[in-house]
Amino acid sequence: MQLSTPHLLGIKDLPIADIDLILSTASHFKDVLQRPIKKVPSLRDTTIVNLFYENSTRTRISFELAEKRLSADTLNFSASGSSVSKGESLLDTVKNILSMKVDMVVMRHSSSGAPHFLAKHIPVAIVNAGDGINEHPTQALLDAFSIKEKCGTLEGKKVVLIGDIMHSRVALSNIYLLKKAGAEVMVAGPPTLIPIYIQEALDVRVEYNLKKALQWCDVANVLRIQLERQNEVLFSSLREYNLAYGISKKTLEALNKEIVILHPGPINRGVEIDSDVADSSHSIILQQVENGVAVRMAVLYLLSNAQNF
Amino acid sequence: MLTILDKSRLQITIERLACQVIENYIDLTSVALIGIQPRGVFLADKIYDQISNMGVHQLPQYGRMDITFYRDDIRKELHEPNKTDIPFSIEEKNVILIDDVLYTGRTIRAAMDALLSFGRPYKVELCVLINRRYSRQLPIQPDYCGKAIDSIISQKVKVEWDREEVNLY
Repeated sequence: MQLSTPHLLGIKDLPIADIDLILSTASHFKDVLQRPIKKVPSLRDTTIVNLFYENSTRTRISFELAEKRLSADTLNFSASGSSVSKGESLLDTVKNILSMKVDMVVMRHSSSGAPHFLAKHIPVAIVNAGDGINEHPTQALLDAFSIKEKCGTLEGKKVVLIGDIMHSRVALSNIYLLKKAGAEVMVAGPPTLIPIYIQEALDVRVEYNLKKALQWCDVANVLRIQLERQNEVLFSSLREYNLAYGISKKTLEALNKEIVILHPGPINRGVEIDSDVADSSHSIILQQVENGVAVRMAVLYLLSNAQNF
Repeated sequence: MLTILDKSRLQITIERLACQVIENYIDLTSVALIGIQPRGVFLADKIYDQISNMGVHQLPQYGRMDITFYRDDIRKELHEPNKTDIPFSIEEKNVILIDDVLYTGRTIRAAMDALLSFGRPYKVELCVLINRRYSRQLPIQPDYCGKAIDSIISQKVKVEWDREEVNLY
């Protein structure tokens, strides 16, 4: 029982067998997390560094907790307050950390491809915790796990990703994973936030009308507007975005069916999703966060004896 | 191939193990039988059924436990986990761990470690169908033993539940 890859860099090149293995292992770790002692000794011989070159709340805490639940030793590094400001390069920083006998690297970076670059130069397992606008594989895995838990299967399920598809690594990883698992995928949002050739390139449906998108889907994954990555004006105001694409209770009640709402966080209440929807029984946002720890435990556990770098 | 226990002897042995548990505990509600996944569960099922059929007034608790994440050999190979199902508290219980073959003792070491994640039992005992003597790598001995055998490392003991016999290859 082993993953086919020594790293988790993205979902794009991850075979479906690996995805299934991660999800089934995660369900066993979820059981572990219900016990009085939520900890197993599996990685007590492993030291893991969390390299965060970009801000994070959920992913960072979730990874750290997953590592601690597996009994690994953890190191936390954030770019702010480190020697990065003195001009030390990414590779030098990582090589220095690894010389202190660190066995795995979890990395978030604002540049797309940063973990792929690192994987070519260092001989330890790397887990991508989000790279620029490229991928966020563990988020897609935990979204899939949560949908599966709620709906039983991914196969044939209609999933719509709503919002800033252009700048969202969560959207890209989700599209790859959902397609591999046999779900039908649609992206919805304002035309300026949806890449032009996405339909041809990734074989997904595109819809610019929110009501039609919601009417079509079983599951809606609502994404945040990534203002920090947008360097031009792509819509007139957040208020206008909310009126056209925000998920409100009224919109959901107008549908003649129940849909499941996901959100990878952080939520901007009143922009992409209204409070009464985020806190309603439709939403599995907090279950996603809970499942995140189990999914990340599975990824770290399965990569912990990776060889062939 | 040498048959260690055939169908009828296997049945007699399971009956004896069940009797020994009943004999040791007047109050069976204080007892929890826990089968170790995957293969110990078959024996645990049989012993539990046997106790149920013996007309006792109260039944012990029954659970299944997976020990994959507690193994000491995960750097050699990762094993597929199985379901853990312990739907009761083990606090102050007399827990009897059940496995089919006791060999190096490493599985039982991992099982004791796993068990303590669920609470603090009053006592932990071990019940096995086959005890391979002189092959222990840890100081672990069974409290209930179906049959003790002497074998060498190159031999394999297989409990074949579909044919209801135990063979030495």
